[in-house]
Amino acid sequence: MEMVKDFTPVPRDLEASQKIYRKSISYSQGVVRTLLQNKVAMVSLVFILFLIVVAIAGPIAFPDYEKTDLLHTLTPPSKEHILGTDELGRDVFTRLIRGTRTSLMIGFIAETINLVVGMLYGGIAGFLGGKADNIMMRIIDILMSIPQMLVMILMLTVLKKGIPTLILSLTITGWIGLARLVRGQILSLRENEYALAAKVLGAGKKEILLTHLLPNAIGPIIVNYTMSIPGAIGAEAGLSYLGLGISVPEASWGNMLQAGSSQFPASLWLFFAPAVLFALAMLAFNLLGDGLRDALDPKMRR
Amino acid sequence: MRRYIIKRIILAFATIFVVMTATFFLMHAIPGTPFSGNNDSMSAETLAVLMEKYGMDKPLYKQYLTYVWNILHGDFGVSMSNGYRSVTEIILTAFPVSADLGIRALIFGTIAGILLGIEAALHRNKPIDHISTITAIIGISIPSFVLGTILQTILGLGLSGWVKATFHTDYQLFPIARWQSFRYTIIPSFVLGMGTVASLARLMRTSMLDVINQDYIRTAKAKGISRQQIIWKHEVRNAMMPVITVLGRMIGGVVTGSYIIESQFAIPGLGKYLVNSITARDYTMTMGLTVFYSIFIVFSMLLVDLLYSVIDPRVRLAK
Repeated sequence: MEMVKDFTPVPRDLEASQKIYRKSISYSQGVVRTLLQNKVAMVSLVFILFLIVVAIAGPIAFPDYEKTDLLHTLTPPSKEHILGTDELGRDVFTRLIRGTRTSLMIGFIAETINLVVGMLYGGIAGFLGGKADNIMMRIIDILMSIPQMLVMILMLTVLKKGIPTLILSLTITGWIGLARLVRGQILSLRENEYALAAKVLGAGKKEILLTHLLPNAIGPIIVNYTMSIPGAIGAEAGLSYLGLGISVPEASWGNMLQAGSSQFPASLWLFFAPAVLFALAMLAFNLLGDGLRDALDPKMRR
Repeated sequence: MRRYIIKRIILAFATIFVVMTATFFLMHAIPGTPFSGNNDSMSAETLAVLMEKYGMDKPLYKQYLTYVWNILHGDFGVSMSNGYRSVTEIILTAFPVSADLGIRALIFGTIAGILLGIEAALHRNKPIDHISTITAIIGISIPSFVLGTILQTILGLGLSGWVKATFHTDYQLFPIARWQSFRYTIIPSFVLGMGTVASLARLMRTSMLDVINQDYIRTAKAKGISRQQIIWKHEVRNAMMPVITVLGRMIGGVVTGSYIIESQFAIPGLGKYLVNSITARDYTMTMGLTVFYSIFIVFSMLLVDLLYSVIDPRVRLAK
């Protein structure tokens, strides 16, 4: 009986044993917390916010992105020109800031249009179902088989070059991926009990779609949006390389990369300044997208 | 199965029809005539003769029918910038080069991407997994022409400069332009295949991780099957399914990606002609090549999807 003395029985207090010590958290709180704990995603987010600030405020502080100086062409980085000058003596640093605005603007505007169109198209197709859905999906099947790059080349060859045309060409078939995603989500969500409950309570089709189904499909939509912005920025770069994108004197990451690779390797600064910023931005959007995906999917949380 | 094939073929033709129609009307949306470019001094009579010669005085619907009829007979019109050669002739000489480059890039990209994905999944959170992730990120975040420029400089110019200084010969291990022997193909194929490597490595890794946790893998382990056999016969074969689905789409990506690579490396393929036709404002060439590319991509995607239904019995049962 000596042993027993070493142990004292736990008091059987039901109330205390069932007490919840940790506050319960909602889904959105969980998402925010997981995201905050993800260092890579947070660094990416901060970097993207920094780029947005630069894009908005930068060109106001450094407006002379078009100013040429033919006496100082292709000068390496110095005190007056932190990142050197290009072949017409324009300041690379100022142009890089202007280019950040152009490229981010193209990415955000094009993908926001794609987001709205894709959500509406996919939402309506998924919600109507039946024949309407079938027809809408066949249209998507046809548009999807046309390579996006060819559509963009065609549009940009025929129409006047510039930012609006570039955005238009990025949105003509750009919304398709999101439309398919939203449709798939809606198809599975509308079978849920809460959709039925809303219907029984007399909610209209439009109300069920807008207030119940779309908000529940928002997770994958946000991830898709984040990941598609670098796609649009990259497309601008590729098109500028082909001479179809933004033309000088307007600056964009794409045409700066193009100018840089034409002077490579003689004028390294002309190439590396936009290349490094471009790669970092693409990286940040992709990594933030990865982090958001993990945070928004409860199964991925540890 | 037959219904599925018929449905897909109808869809393919509908797609080509949409592309042809859109191209035709875009071409006619351009203000002016193809002859109004450099010589403003052209008299109204000359213009009328030219318009008549090329059938442009006819009503639009007749022109459209002629255009469709000609494409169905493999006639894409006459290029305005390549000494008035026919677009079809240019396609016939340049397409094999593009196909060669595309196939090399696809083979490299697919094999490297899949192997990298498999290794990453088998050694999760080990160095090889991180290497695979970094490769995928580089492939996604650096545009091909930037990677091309860097490799051209370091491997092409840098290496041949070093060889010249050390061995006093002009031998180039990695020539940076044109398309002649195997040496010429290495850098362009690598750069073009990099995008495929990146996306396939990511996809294959996720797919493998998904399969590894399946019940039938546990069953196979319990039966005492060797590790190698489990990996190659059970895991990889099942994980390949989603990868094969995207392969059809990859062809489109590689083909459209080659425009940039071909013009950068001076490879005499279709992509280079397309880029040149854009800068030269050679509309018939641009339009003709676009239609040709779409037909090619639509049919290669159709072929891959039909092959997929042969490989995966579930597709056959579904439709």
